Amino acid sequence: MSNLETAEHPEKLRRVAIDPVSRVEGHGKVTILLDDDNKVHQVRLHIVEFRGFEKFIQGRPYWEVPVMVQRLCGICPVSHHIAASKAMDMMLGAEHLTPAAEKNRRLMHYGQIMQSHALHFFHLCSPDLLFGFDSEVARRNIVGVAAESPDIARQGVLLRKFGQEVIRMTAGKRIHGTGAVPGGVNKALTREERDTLLADVYQMIAWSRDAVHLVRRLFEQNLEQYNAFGRFRAHQLSLVRADGAMDLYHGGLRARSMDGDILFDHFDYRHYWDVIFEDVKSWSYMKFPFLRSLGPEQGWYRVGPLARVTNCDFIPTPLADKERREFMAFDDGRAAGATLGFHWARMIEMLHAVECIKDLLHDDDIMGDDLMVTGERGGRGVGVIEAPRGTLIHHYRVDENDLVVRANLIVSTTHNNQAMNEAVRQVAIQYLDGNEITEGLLNHIEVAIRAFDPCLSCATHALGKMPMEVELLDAAGEVVSRLVKSADGAVTA
Amino acid sequence: MSAAAPVLLLAIGNESRGDDALGPLLLRRVGEWLEDKGLTGEVELIEEFQLQIEHTLDLKGRELVLFIDAGKDTPIPYAFYRAAIKRLDGHTTHAVAPETLLGVYAMVHDAAPPPAFILCVAGSVFELGEPLSAAAELNLQQACDFACRLLERPLLAAWQSQTQDSVSLA
Repeated sequence: MSNLETAEHPEKLRRVAIDPVSRVEGHGKVTILLDDDNKVHQVRLHIVEFRGFEKFIQGRPYWEVPVMVQRLCGICPVSHHIAASKAMDMMLGAEHLTPAAEKNRRLMHYGQIMQSHALHFFHLCSPDLLFGFDSEVARRNIVGVAAESPDIARQGVLLRKFGQEVIRMTAGKRIHGTGAVPGGVNKALTREERDTLLADVYQMIAWSRDAVHLVRRLFEQNLEQYNAFGRFRAHQLSLVRADGAMDLYHGGLRARSMDGDILFDHFDYRHYWDVIFEDVKSWSYMKFPFLRSLGPEQGWYRVGPLARVTNCDFIPTPLADKERREFMAFDDGRAAGATLGFHWARMIEMLHAVECIKDLLHDDDIMGDDLMVTGERGGRGVGVIEAPRGTLIHHYRVDENDLVVRANLIVSTTHNNQAMNEAVRQVAIQYLDGNEITEGLLNHIEVAIRAFDPCLSCATHALGKMPMEVELLDAAGEVVSRLVKSADGAVTA
Repeated sequence: MSAAAPVLLLAIGNESRGDDALGPLLLRRVGEWLEDKGLTGEVELIEEFQLQIEHTLDLKGRELVLFIDAGKDTPIPYAFYRAAIKRLDGHTTHAVAPETLLGVYAMVHDAAPPPAFILCVAGSVFELGEPLSAAAELNLQQACDFACRLLERPLLAAWQSQTQDSVSLA
């Protein structure tokens, strides 16, 4: 861990705040304490909103939970829907779902991975990557991309739409879907729905490959910057299949050290607390998970696309696995350890997700009618999946009246909390130390955060509720400058 | 594929966050009214957590579009105005504003978007787990009555005429 978490004399330092971090799913805030010479003394990524969702669902009947948890997030509701359903499978003793049920859930999950990755890359990150981190802010958004590269913008729209259609057909509705239920699913894909998706899936595969190659080209064109930007060493955590393959829906936990050694493998996630613990820090609402065996100082880790692509032994779809091997070998493996390598890995995963969708559409089990199983009722349920942003843990206890009495959710962004702080600190050291603060420089911080695709807290968006506030405080703590930028770009003092 | 209904109502909101539920609730009440009037074939209703740029695909082939959302600092009980086409120059694409969606439409589809209006209902409480506030409930009813009046005359000129002093019309 770097030594910039807490400054020795913060009361003497100037504070620059970016609040909220733009183009991140939710609100975050970065504070940088500078001295009079603009030397960085302290950097922290704060989470400013308390979610309180675990409390929100206490006292609810367990069968409501897979639907209710979708209200947690407007970007990844399906991930919570599936993780909660897996937890409630365990509650019902439904250890092995029917082929039709598991395949329909997987189809829904891959649709979610695809649409979320497409949103992130084409809408949130491609402006940074295509135009450069210092480019004018007016260009650095998806409309800027559309203006200069209309085909890329159009592909982004259609890839995301396809993923949303997969979700709609498997979950039953665009939002508040009910497709996954404890013990299985309540609908299978119809033949008509399958044929509709099959008509477009090969085009989606082609565009996804193009997106992988686009990121590769960007790396090749900016090799030194991309490899060095926000770079730090981290342990990795992800689910893997029994044979070591990437599996985004189910598997055992694998942790790999920053030196590449396996710390534990195929660990049964139903007892995740034996290997993962959550630390708290006074300055953040978000917890800091760590590997128990290494402790809070040394045990923090990274999750998400970069961790998954580098942690698995192979990807079980041919096109994505070919891209994975090229990614791992690129520049003697340096891209696979770069913070911006997240983008490359994310596009490899999008390709994998679309390949999986194609395979499932060709599998007649997807239209099966044996959808539910039950078993011996228990009192505890743990469901873990690899959500778009990383490992997602849902853990519930249910009483004899079928009501939830305790819930614990460890979301992907929480796993990445310390890792994001490390990335921000590295960028601050690289780009802010000794310089005047400019919008372009501050955007470097945001580029590092965006690489993780964090979801800090969202699902509310009412008009007027997403300002960006920048405050500059002098060494005495007085505000010397303050700007508020609304979502429509209007700036007020 | 069947032709798109000429009028689209696109409501945005999260029912678990207090007054953020205004959009979805209004949409459902309007849906019941449309059923009573036998007008469901003329109007498509879509509910979402938030707008994103793929919603440009939902705008295709429409004659009129109405975005319905909750608003903070919105005049009580609601505001109704024409959505201007806007190029995004803000800092976020976390969720796309209706005006920006029209701008994206023009770029992605290389065509002018359909005429669109915004019905923004005043809300004040947006915390997770909060119910709809009593004040928002009052605003909701007035906004719903107004939306139904709009749908009785789904014509551009008629809607445009309502954008002036819309609050006093409620």
